[in-house]
Order: sequence, then C-alpha cells, then structure tokens
Amino acid sequence: MLTRRKRISTRPTAALGFAPSAGTPPRRGPRPGSESRRGGASLVRTVLPPVLLALPLVLAAWSLSKSQLPPADFTFNNGTEVATLDPAVVTGVPEGRILRAIFEGLTVKDPETLAALPGMAESWTISDDGLVYTFKIRENAFWTNGDQLTAHDFVFSWERFLNPLTAAEYAYQLWYVKGAKAYTTTVDPNTGAPTLSFDTVGIRAADDFTLEVVLEKPTEFFLQLTGFYPMFPVNERNIAEAMEKYPGDAWKLEWLKPENIVTNGPYKVGFRRVNDRIRLEKNELYWDADAVAFQSIDALAVENYTTGLNLYLQGDAYWLDVVPTMLVPRLLEREDYSPMPYFGTYFYRVNVTREPFDDPRIRRALALTIDRKRITEKITKSGQIPWYSFVPYGMDGYEYAEMERKADLDGNYDVTFADDCREAAALMKEAGYGAGGKPLPTIEILYNTSEAHRDIAEVVADSWQRNLGLTAKLANQEWKVYLGSQTNLDYDVSRSAWIGDYIDPNTFLDLFLDGGENNKTGWGNARYDELIYAAKKERDPAQRFEYFREAEAILMDELPVIPIYSYVTQNMLNPRVGGFPGNLLNEQFPKWWYLRSDEELDAYRATQPEYYETNAVVDAPGPKGGIYPPSAPRGRFPDGDPRQRLSPLHD
Amino acid sequence: MLAFLLRRLLWGALTLWAVVTLSFFLMRNVPGGPFDGEREIDPVIKANIERQYHLDWPQWKQYVQYIGPFNLDETSGIFSTKTIEEPVSAREAAANDDPSATTRTVPNARYRTDLFGGVLAFDFGPSFKLKDFSVNDIIGQSLPISVALGSIGLLWALLLGLTAGVASALRRGTGWDLSLRLVATMGIALPNFVIAGFLIMWIAFNVEALPVAGWGAPRHILLPSLALGAPFAAYIARLTRTGMLEVFSQDHIRTARAKGLPDRLVLFRHALKGGLLPVVSYLGPAVAGILTGSLVIERLFGIPGTGSHFINSALNRDYTLAMGVTILYTVLVYSLNTLVDLAYTLLDPRIKLEES
Repeated sequence: MLTRRKRISTRPTAALGFAPSAGTPPRRGPRPGSESRRGGASLVRTVLPPVLLALPLVLAAWSLSKSQLPPADFTFNNGTEVATLDPAVVTGVPEGRILRAIFEGLTVKDPETLAALPGMAESWTISDDGLVYTFKIRENAFWTNGDQLTAHDFVFSWERFLNPLTAAEYAYQLWYVKGAKAYTTTVDPNTGAPTLSFDTVGIRAADDFTLEVVLEKPTEFFLQLTGFYPMFPVNERNIAEAMEKYPGDAWKLEWLKPENIVTNGPYKVGFRRVNDRIRLEKNELYWDADAVAFQSIDALAVENYTTGLNLYLQGDAYWLDVVPTMLVPRLLEREDYSPMPYFGTYFYRVNVTREPFDDPRIRRALALTIDRKRITEKITKSGQIPWYSFVPYGMDGYEYAEMERKADLDGNYDVTFADDCREAAALMKEAGYGAGGKPLPTIEILYNTSEAHRDIAEVVADSWQRNLGLTAKLANQEWKVYLGSQTNLDYDVSRSAWIGDYIDPNTFLDLFLDGGENNKTGWGNARYDELIYAAKKERDPAQRFEYFREAEAILMDELPVIPIYSYVTQNMLNPRVGGFPGNLLNEQFPKWWYLRSDEELDAYRATQPEYYETNAVVDAPGPKGGIYPPSAPRGRFPDGDPRQRLSPLHD
Repeated sequence: MLAFLLRRLLWGALTLWAVVTLSFFLMRNVPGGPFDGEREIDPVIKANIERQYHLDWPQWKQYVQYIGPFNLDETSGIFSTKTIEEPVSAREAAANDDPSATTRTVPNARYRTDLFGGVLAFDFGPSFKLKDFSVNDIIGQSLPISVALGSIGLLWALLLGLTAGVASALRRGTGWDLSLRLVATMGIALPNFVIAGFLIMWIAFNVEALPVAGWGAPRHILLPSLALGAPFAAYIARLTRTGMLEVFSQDHIRTARAKGLPDRLVLFRHALKGGLLPVVSYLGPAVAGILTGSLVIERLFGIPGTGSHFINSALNRDYTLAMGVTILYTVLVYSLNTLVDLAYTLLDPRIKLEES
C-alpha cells in the first residue's frame, strides 16, 4: 500500500473560503480579495467538480459509440472467446463452430448422421485398396477475395498444417496420409524446421481441380476427417499479403483480423470484439449462398452459464449449449431443453503404477462399488447414462464390451448393486486387505476444481467408504495443475473425461495403447495394443469392430479406467430454430440454420404430439414470419425437421 | 508540487519494476503451462509452440526479452537472423526464381523478434491463449469498456451516496435517517454480485425494463453500473452523513444560520464543502476499487471488460496477458492515488503536499 503523507496545518485561515474574515461585511459571491490572491485555485475548485462529474458520462458515451451494431438475424452463445480463427492451430469446440461457418473443407458433414457430403470437393473416388483418394474440386468455389479455389489451395494449406513450424496441435489427425508423420516429426533440433521436403508426403494437385491424397493405410473415417476443421483450407494470398503489409511479427496476428482474413465458407467475419462477440455476415460469393438463411449471425462469448440462460430467456440468444446444472430439473419440463446422447465418457483414471492399484482386483472392487445410478439421478440430473464400457453410448453397429457386473439398470438396481458390492468386498479380502490382512489403503480422488466434479467425487468416496470400508479423500486442483498431476502420474484416482473427435471406437480405444500420450494411467497390455493395431489395418467393418470389442473387453477386465456415465448434450434451443438436427458430436452447422415462421412452428409441433405430452410449449421469440434461405422460401424440411426430438434417455 | 510529482513518479517506476519482476517469476513458476491441455500434444509440436513464445529459454533470458526491446534470439548468437532454412517442395521450387534451390528461408517462428519490443516499448507481446490478439489489442479493446462501466458506477455511487448521506444528516434521528442507514449498512454488507442478482431478477425479468446482459447500447450499462456502484454508494452515504453532522456542529454554520441564511444556502454554500472532504479522500480507493473490482459484475452481465481477462489469463497461464493486465492495474491504482492526493490539496487548502 501507498502511504499518503500530508501535513495538516492547524492554524485556522481565511483561505478556507467560507469563513468570513473579521471586518469584512458578509456578502454573497466571492470576495475580491480572495479572488486576487488565489484566483487560480478557486477557479479550479469551481470548475473541477462539474468536469469530474461530466467526465464519466463522456467516457461512457465515447466507449459506447464505438460499439453500436445493428442486431443480428441470429444470435447464439458460443461460451467463450475463440482462441484463434486459424484452422490449422485450433483445437476447441467453440472455435469449431465459428470455423464451420466461415470455412469449408473438401467434405462437409451431414448435420444429422455426420456422414461425408460434398463440400469444396464435388465428388471423389477411392482406389480399391482404400489408399488413394482423388478429390474433384468444384469449379464454382471462390474465396472471399474473389480468387478461385483450386486443389493447390489444399496442398498449400495441408503443407502449412503439417509443417512443424506451424506447430499445429492437431497435426496427427492428418498423419494417416503417407509420409505425413515423418514430415511433421523430423525436425532440425535447433530451429524446429522440417528437414524433409513436403514432396515426401502423399498430397499433390494433379491439376487445378484434382487433389490426390495417398494414405499410409486404409482409414475408414478419412472422409470424416476431411470435413474436420483443422483440414479446412486457408488462402495463400491472404497470408502473403499480410506478410508484406505488416513487417516483423505483426502479420501473424494481422492476417486473421476481420478486415484481412480470406475465407471460403457460407459466412465471413464481419466484426470481432474480444470476449464479446464475433459478427458473421453472409458470404455472397459462397457457392451455395442460396441455401444460407441469415444475413448476419452473432456468436457471443458469454462464459457464465446463468448469464447465458438469462440472455436466452429474454430472447437475446436462440441457442446455448450449456445450462446451470441446478436448473436442469425445471428446464427438463420445457420443450426447448431436451438432452440427447453425446459422444463422450466421464470416467476415473486409476494410477496402476501405485500400490495397491497395481492389483486388478482392487481396481475392480473400486469400479464395482461406484453407485452410478445415484450419480446420474441425484447429481448430473440431465439423463446421463450410467456406463460400464469405455466407448460411449450411441456407436451404431458396435457391440460394447461392458465390465462384468450384476448391477442392472432395467431390473432391480438396488439389489443387483448390493450383490456387486459384496463381490467387491470379497475381492478386497482376496487381495489381502481388511480384517486380518494389510490395512485398508486411503485413496485420494483428484479432480479439477468444479462443483459438479466435487459432488460426484463425494458420492464415489461415500460408496467406497460404505461398501469397502476404505477412506477416500477429495483433492481438488486448479485445472492446469490438475493436468500436470495427471500427466506425471501424481495421483491415485483422477476424474477424467473424453469426447470423441469422430464417430468411431478408435477415437476412444487408441488412448490406452502402452505409452500413449493420453494414456496417463501407466497401464499397458500387449494383446490390447495388438488388437488396436489390427483394427486400424482392417478393412472389413464387422471384423474391425470385433477387434475393437475384444480390446475394450480387455480394458474393462483390467479397469485402468473406471467408466461412470456417458454424456448427454445440454442444448437450450429456441423452437423457432430450424436446420438444427441433433447429432452425437453435437456439431452444429451454421449453413443450415434458419428461423421458422409461426405457421411452420405450429405444424412442426403438431408432428410430435407425444413429446408435448410431457414437455410444456414455451414462447419462441423471434420474427413471426421466420427467416428462410432464398432457395427454400417456406418449410425447408417438408417431411419434418430431421432433428430427432425424443432421445431414448427420458420419455 | 513539482517535486512531489517527480518523487511520486520515481516511486511509481520502482513499484512497477517490482510488480513486473515479481509477477513475471511467480507466474512462470506456478505449476502448469499455457499449452498444457487435456489432450497431450506431440513432443515435436509442443517444443515448437514453446519455441514460438521463447518458453524454451532460461527464465532470466525470457525476462530480459520481456522487459526490453533487446533481441536475444539464439539462432545466431545474440542477434537473430530472423529467418531459418527449410527444404523446398516441388510446388515451391516451381514458383521460385531459382528452381534448383533445395532449401528456402522462412521467417523465424519465434514471436517478438521485431515487432514485440518489450515492456519498455509499451509492448506486452502476443497473448498465449487468444492467439489472434496482442495483449495491447486486448487491453485497448477492453479497457474503455471497463472505464465506461466504472465511471457510470462511480456516478451512481456519488449520486446515491451523497443524496442519502445528506438527507440522513439533515433528518438525523428520524425514521428516514434510520432506514437510510439501514439500507447503507446492507449495501456495505452485501457483495455486489448479490445486488446484481436482485437487480436482474427485479428490473430485467419482472419489470422487463432493461436487458439482462450484453454490451453495445446505453441501456446495457445501467444495471451493471448500479450493481457495481451500490456498495460504494453505501459507504459514501455513511461518510457523508458523518462528515455533514460534524460540520453542522461547527461555529461557521451556526454563524451562517444566526445571520438568517436559509437552510438550503447554508447547506450548499457552507456545509457541503467541509462535509464532503472525507468523501473526496475516499474517492481514490473507490475509483481503483471500482475499476479493478468489476470482474464479477463483468462476468455476470457478460460485459467484455478487462476484469474477466484478469482472472482468465491467470487460469490459462496466459503469461503475457496476465502480466499486461497486472501492469495496467498497478499503473491505474498508483496514478489514481496520486491524483486524489492532488485533488485533496485543491479542495482543502489546509492540506499541503509535503515537500521535503
């Protein structure tokens, strides 16, 4: 703290200004004497207070005058400020939403099934051995700067993406391409620059509109990857011009500024204010511009869940992807909140390098005694599914390998769960703990600071205490510290979660390869690794899934990870919004969004009477006539919106 | 006066240096790094990201680089070449003037080789997390918003606080006095986010008079600034009441009354000046408190001010942004305190700046 040193004179003085001096008759207004002596100061004293009072108003007016924007056609809360608009270095969900609006990859995903649809590539062929993909680039695709988009743009962008100097965290997503991994990871240790030429990578433009990609081995989900945002193209001239215009390092930021960035998607960046919003504007040069409904979209960066919900409830936002957990039971009664399966698993990692967790019997005892139903019904409350395998709910055609147990969610759970607890207690005894054996261990449950995680950890600790008699302590760490502890295996049991990048068991099961970077449990199993690699090579889908199932069975037998529940989405969506089907990855595609008119909204509600038996109709603020794209003036989906209302989770 | 200012400036520079140095090393030695994520990054990529931000250097070197416009790039000793070599692909060779060249020079991936000149050049570098912005950009965009919010908050505080305080003093001992004091005590006791919650429930949802959150129009500023200013208003009301009561008992007020001045004139011409002095001295801490204390209010009302960066940058280990905001707040608090000392001498001539 700063000290303020002043000397207060005790002598009463005429200069007080309001004490009349002796002999002078009292008069109104300033006395001439004092004027002449201290005119400056008293002027300051008269002028200063009003100026000081007016200053805030002026400042506020000035600050606000810079921020007035006409309202957008559509507003949603993106949840946070996006880290960057550079597709190559981005990794987050909020970023993905913006990038899917402003860029378009070779393929786009079907908003409901996520299957690959033509994007910048109007068609493609795959060689019989599944190794060579030949993309035909559409000739009516343009960048926002007027340049035609060609196959060379993809070669440039993917070279940039894979170049280790770009330092793209997601580079490994393109390592399925021949030579790509070697190109990225072979570097000069002093500069970090690649030492191999990009010619060694299987990506080339056969001509202006033909892109040829050679893969290392057949990859089932490659066409899903080409629609994934890190693989979106960037404009070479955009970067080159910025380098010229902004010397030094400034271009690294400047090429992404709204006034400079060149994109190829349905929308373009109009305005951006950090932590406030990104204003997207319709891109008239987009090849399918007629399918785009809105002239402008605002993506807000409001982080507080309650604030987001307040905005929604006041009609200032059409969509949120998260709501405060406390309010979930009440929101579930409304038509505009209907959780759907989400491709993610909430689980506990167990540090198998530590005693006693190196004993699979102990891990199994821990896994058996977690009261999953209590967690999903009393804590998370949105219809999360108690889960006993690692690949989350919703993987079509895949037969899950669940951990062996008696707990039966459809039958008498309480009885069967009690059976499991008895088995767990017996396992502990068998492992030599408890009465007559080694003293029961004390377990520390590590979680990152958050009320929801704490509540779950409390239930788990309570389950273990009650059923196994062992003491579990809760240890919360701030996010980054927690990540460090997990990586360094500095924990007993650690709360974790994993959300799939694409719809395939691979995105979950390859985490636990021995020594894998995201393994973080110290666990490894040769047979498991063998099966995962076999699955990666296998081209027959059924056999491939069979390998994955066998691998998952090993994982669920050894239990270095204890699954707890399978995620659900938390979308709060104005019923007026159309073109917004749910999907397992909760990926949304701004291109298809539109607003329904009152008539279509009524007709739409009438198609699902059973839904409205349990869910109350709510106000749907917005334009009465809706906002439709030029190509579909009324009723975009005549047979009803593909959005699947009723999730199998609660009926 | 000049000597006073000079001395303050000197101390200010020292304070700032201490703050910069301490927070620099504290920040970098907190567990967890800016590029740690739930997904592990390939070691080669991670090394290159850290190289971009000089995190591969020893901390003293990072510190020197951060402070000044010095170029410490190691690719060629002390001074950087700013470029490095990488192999050329067929595509680039075709575009080259010299198709036979097997390598090409590319810009050094490191930041701050040229543009980012260090704190001495008022350049705080690129943000580690918000990669599209420099710290200067972020502060430039968010500070005016926080200042606007804080200014209106201060106006609320003065308007409500002074009115309530004077009214309380004038009606001393009555029911009015009691209820105003009660409200003021509650205002001090309740944190501003609780007040904000009530305001949102009542004004935004029940009366539907104002928006719940957001930024961009004058109507967005009213609720958050009121919530922000309320605790300060309460404090000012108490200060004003005490100050006014003390002044009322003084001789010159009695004289003014005795000579028959109407109460209104006694109040405005004679009593306020003396009675408000405690408020003036409180203004400095109040302004600093309002500006730096707006983070909760900014989050609740979704206002893109500086407050949220203060928290988020620390949580994200966004070293440069955290440093930038810390430096900003240091400068703000320090200069506001100095300004208040100056204002104090202008308003009360009995007080002189100590010139030693």
